[in-house]
Amino acid sequence: MGKTFDINVHHVTRVEGHGNIVVNVRDGVLEKAQLNVIEAPRYFEAFLRGRSFHEAAIITSRICGICSLGHQMTSLKATEAALGLEVSEQTLALRRLLVDGATFQSNVLHTLFLAAPDFIGVGSVFPLVKSHPEVVKAALRLKRLANDIGDVVSGRAVHPITCVPGGFTQIPDAAALKSLRKRLEEEALPDLKLALEVVLSVAGNIPDFHRETEYISLKSDKEWALYDGVIFSSDAGATPVEQYLGVTNEHIKPHSTAKHTRNKRSSYMVGALSRWNNNFKQINQTGQAIAKQLGFAGPSDNPHHITVAQLIETGHCVQDAMEIIDALLTKGLKDEAPNQNPTRYGRGVGATEVPRGVLFHEYTYDRRGTIVAANCIIPTNQNFSNIDDDMKKYVPEILDLTKEQIAHRLEMLVRAYDPCISCSVHLLDVTFVE
Amino acid sequence: MSEKTKPKVAFFDFTSCEGCQLNKLNLENHLLDVLALVDIVEFREAMDGKADHYDIAFIEGSISSPTCVERINDIRRRSDILVALGACAVRGGVNAMKNLMPIDEVREAVYGKDKYLFPTLPAQPVSAVVKVDYEVDGCPMTIQEYLHVLTSLLMGKKPVKPNHSVCVECKRSENECVFNRGMVCMGPVTRGGCEAQCPGVGQYCIGCRGFVDQPEKNAALEIFRQHGLSLEEARKRMTMFNAFRWADR
Repeated sequence: MGKTFDINVHHVTRVEGHGNIVVNVRDGVLEKAQLNVIEAPRYFEAFLRGRSFHEAAIITSRICGICSLGHQMTSLKATEAALGLEVSEQTLALRRLLVDGATFQSNVLHTLFLAAPDFIGVGSVFPLVKSHPEVVKAALRLKRLANDIGDVVSGRAVHPITCVPGGFTQIPDAAALKSLRKRLEEEALPDLKLALEVVLSVAGNIPDFHRETEYISLKSDKEWALYDGVIFSSDAGATPVEQYLGVTNEHIKPHSTAKHTRNKRSSYMVGALSRWNNNFKQINQTGQAIAKQLGFAGPSDNPHHITVAQLIETGHCVQDAMEIIDALLTKGLKDEAPNQNPTRYGRGVGATEVPRGVLFHEYTYDRRGTIVAANCIIPTNQNFSNIDDDMKKYVPEILDLTKEQIAHRLEMLVRAYDPCISCSVHLLDVTFVE
Repeated sequence: MSEKTKPKVAFFDFTSCEGCQLNKLNLENHLLDVLALVDIVEFREAMDGKADHYDIAFIEGSISSPTCVERINDIRRRSDILVALGACAVRGGVNAMKNLMPIDEVREAVYGKDKYLFPTLPAQPVSAVVKVDYEVDGCPMTIQEYLHVLTSLLMGKKPVKPNHSVCVECKRSENECVFNRGMVCMGPVTRGGCEAQCPGVGQYCIGCRGFVDQPEKNAALEIFRQHGLSLEEARKRMTMFNAFRWADR
């Protein structure tokens, strides 16, 4: 007779919410494996109704403090699409710079503070402060640099201030951008090297679990798609952003206050690995160099490789940020006011790649520029079904391990999907129900 | 200070975006100094093995579900001092905008026919459920104000909560008044202490720190009307972060 046990891991992640892992095995057969999401619902889509187009991005940035920039960018794009507001080249460049900063900050912290402890075999980042102080310092320096990009360009890193429909309330000054440029080159590039060494040294400890799934991300002809692109599925190809509902197919599961999604299969994956699998040919030289050292040449079906893809993308973003600043400084910064004169009123969809995957906002405005309907689909929600499906395949493969080891492996799996920074100090409470 | 005499400090989060926690992590130098003076016994519900007692409990987020009510009562029972961090905990924050709408409509807008699957309550500040000793306001709270409250408490002093409007801070910083740029700003009635962060970078004050103690609400509404907002628009503007207490002000 096979094993019988239940696993309950409380508060695995605070990935935009609180979650528990629940696994039941009876006589060696997996009966249930799921991630329960127990976050109290907040009802943003309801109270956005009746709000002005000036307020949409201010309100939606409060969905998540960690991804406030990503929510603002996506919200602004949806509003601008709905109201027919064109934005300038300079606005686009500054937004792309902000997105680069937010992406590399999130990626580097997940790679070094969250995933690295797992692979090094310690329980949290705390032991690393003593054993690998230079790595922790490098991660903090990269984080500070990304925050400073946020402060300089958007007024504040958490809940940015200057980003408004049609542009910016204030344009950063050239000297501040120059100083950021210098630090990207002199601090970020060497720190990145250090991060790469750490990941290389533990690469052998990355669990060998594979499950091919549908990978969904944005895709662009021009570049590694972060700020803009069309929806791309590894199963089904391209879909215009306006038709996102046909891809996400949100549905409600009683075990989760966060909605689930599915497209061609029972689940799909979003995030850095989806971006890599769909767009790896478009990574820039800095990203390429990291990928090469990691022996990462093409698509991967191991979810733990999300971390690896994040590190590669971090290199890409650092180089991209430098190039954006160079171009802005060469052209000279213009003190331009945001374009806030709507040319139409209607429905608009915005999609942006935020660190954890593709984020959608949709608003419908009436003729006064007031929201009558709103919808937001968050990357983490899109990954929940995929995590459930991963666990269903993974648990039977590792039944020989002890219950504690299985629980730990599942935590690693969930963490691979990139719980947010607050989780780096989030010790896991694992309880077994006999 | 030895480990034994260090005050036991804990952090908890309720319904919120966790941006205040993040802002705390964004403070590099001072934070390490201050952290050396305290003993963190719970960082959110991260570390299990509940401590029996906290000298200071910091609470982020609003109370918006039956589970939240149970948890906050339990934390209060075990805390000497309880401090609310950020607009959600202090005033219900953006979460309380849903209170202005019929609750059934709110639930249906998000969950459709499954609206009764997940229990919800009107979003409330922590002080609507248990006694709150001190408050750090703002969305997100500022690091400076958080440090002021923490260091005051560590020194056994009473932290000072500013009671002047954001306009005072704009004047002090010689910011251009954003009304002159055609914006409608909540600065005249909003509690200062943020160094007029938003007008300082050309954006109107969104009122995230709540009103001063005795806001001249009617005078403010008249100014907003003169600058082109209808009464309804002005009310919406003023309730973005202040919906919870709007009715009884």
